[in-house]
Amino acid sequence: MSTIEKDLVTRSELADAIARRETELRDMKARLAEWEDAYASTPKREVSFSTISGREIHPLYTPEDHSGADFYLEDLGFPGEYPFTRGPYTTMYRTRLWTMRQFAGFATAEETNQRYKYLLEHGQTGLSVAFDFPTLMGYDSDHPRSLGEVGVCGVAISSLADMETLFEGIPLDQVSVSMTINGPAIILLAFYVAAAEKQGVSSKVLRGTVQNDILKEYQAQHAWIFPPEPALRCIVDMFEWCSDHAPKYNPISISGYHIREAGATAAQELAFTLRNGFEYVERGIARGLDVDAFAPRLSFFFDVHNDFFEEIAKFRAARRIWARGMRERYGAQDPDSWRLRTHAQTAGVSLTAQQAENNIVRVAYQAMAAALGGTQSLHTNSMDETLSLPTEKAVRIALRTQQILAYETGVPNTIDPLAGSYFIESLTDQLEAETMDIFRRVEELGGVVPGIEEGWFQQEISASAMRQQREIEAGQRLVVGVNAFTEGSEKVEIDTLKIDASVEERQKKRMADLRGRRDDARVESTLAVLREACLSGENLMSPILECARAYCTLFEIRHAMEEVFGSYKEPVFF
Amino acid sequence: MTESDQKIRVLVAKPGLDGHDRGAKVIASAFRDAGFEVIYTGLHQTPEMIVSAAVQEDVDVVAMSVLSGAHMTLFPRVKKLLDEAGADDVLLTGGGIIPEDDVATLEAQGIGRLFGPGTATTDAIAYIREWYASRELV
Repeated sequence: MSTIEKDLVTRSELADAIARRETELRDMKARLAEWEDAYASTPKREVSFSTISGREIHPLYTPEDHSGADFYLEDLGFPGEYPFTRGPYTTMYRTRLWTMRQFAGFATAEETNQRYKYLLEHGQTGLSVAFDFPTLMGYDSDHPRSLGEVGVCGVAISSLADMETLFEGIPLDQVSVSMTINGPAIILLAFYVAAAEKQGVSSKVLRGTVQNDILKEYQAQHAWIFPPEPALRCIVDMFEWCSDHAPKYNPISISGYHIREAGATAAQELAFTLRNGFEYVERGIARGLDVDAFAPRLSFFFDVHNDFFEEIAKFRAARRIWARGMRERYGAQDPDSWRLRTHAQTAGVSLTAQQAENNIVRVAYQAMAAALGGTQSLHTNSMDETLSLPTEKAVRIALRTQQILAYETGVPNTIDPLAGSYFIESLTDQLEAETMDIFRRVEELGGVVPGIEEGWFQQEISASAMRQQREIEAGQRLVVGVNAFTEGSEKVEIDTLKIDASVEERQKKRMADLRGRRDDARVESTLAVLREACLSGENLMSPILECARAYCTLFEIRHAMEEVFGSYKEPVFF
Repeated sequence: MTESDQKIRVLVAKPGLDGHDRGAKVIASAFRDAGFEVIYTGLHQTPEMIVSAAVQEDVDVVAMSVLSGAHMTLFPRVKKLLDEAGADDVLLTGGGIIPEDDVATLEAQGIGRLFGPGTATTDAIAYIREWYASRELV
């Protein structure tokens, strides 16, 4: 056959194929219309077929909603490839399962240190520090504002001395440590780096993450100290310092978790978090940093809530939106700058105090959604967290839940197994489109910081929380054990953990000892240098590290900065 | 809504350093929708700030939301300061993550009902209305 003849055959084959496809589509549409009639004329259960976020779900998804393969490379791509919808890494869980990283901390540094050693001896490879409320707000354990809260919801860390005790005997060159701290993050990072120095470990080898996401604190979690502009300056100082001195360390974990827990919908969580992420990128670029020098170390943290498919789609949409924004809008060249890596935690707010054992099941479904969404690490909540800090038994069950998921269900065997589902792809597209709409609204407000100052984010979140509460009270949304399938006796029959009331006194004594033995002149001089640096605009990491090394306390450092920066005043409304 | 409801003045307060205000805001909105006059303190209030606001606003009820585990310090402290300020007729109630044993201990100290997770806002509203109605009879 000549080339022309071959070409003619190919063309006629192509024409046939197109004709067959057209017929198929016409038939499909006709049959779909028939099915829709049949569906309409059949009685349905009288419940809301919407997600917990209020999204109406169709009875059926077809190629009409999403013809998955049409723009495969553009919209999905392969795992580890732009736009990363199918996963940030090429091999995903076939090379490494998600990290099972349970958040823990209570009482004093000494007690938490013992807990960490126990966890490490039992095969945990990373640690995740929960600080108490005084530490989260930058108060020392012996400050009057700390009364009653020392060591209650996490560990109390008021100086380098406490940080040294926290990691005593734990080699910081080998263990990756995640720290959930925001308002005073720059101070706690300095304590951590100084504690590593004491072990003879250079900051160059430190691996781990500091949450350091102040924007979501103003929007949802509320552990702030300074106003937005100086707080953002500290964050960019940390990006800059880490890219030079701690290249393996993640200087931020941009967090949707708290936004969602405060009441946001899935789309709001996604949009606010990614918009906050882009805000940090813009601030870094505005400082003159090369986007590819810091963007690869930005990490994320999402909630994984009850609505199974919507949550899976949320993780997929997050990766695609971030990749597109970083490449197309911010001009990042390094694929690591496009690649969204995330931690996930099951939804604390979904747990019930009533029939608390049922929470084990809720957590298991949520954990499965996180794995199907392609998370890099996961914390599973304990069943008793609506009652108190978790007991050891409850934490063990939560960890075992992840192990069953990883080793028994087969979920990690194939990468992004739900891709190509008309429903999942349609949800992923919808969440992306809704995120873009919210981005436009934020721009209309003048950006993230004006939106916070006006209380816009806070009001959006509260309105969603109120809607969910109304739906539950009206019986439109059923919560097992709360407004459906309740049991006569509300008596809780599970053990709870009690924090020893002597913690506050012991911690106060440690503080008194520290204040007695340190070099006061060095404390004063390093704080004076820090105040100067706050005024001059130089990078604050080095002067804060000097304060840490001199055993200045958390509150002393906070206070010195506050004298220059002022403190944040929230817009109060409900 | 009855006419007497219009008069019920409630201070919704977030004591301590705990930033979890979802519950406080939901309950404040529900109280307002029920016809109460509601003042919300905002976050990070000391017991002194709360009692001072309660006295200044002449409220009937102080409803505190505590999810930090510091309830055994904060409720008795606010109760004591209210009593010292001559506001011992103010109902101190609240909610949060408060174990049952602690609820019993606090109620024995003259603190009103404390509501746990999963409470319907209508239950809290009904409780305050009943308390208010019985108080007027005294």
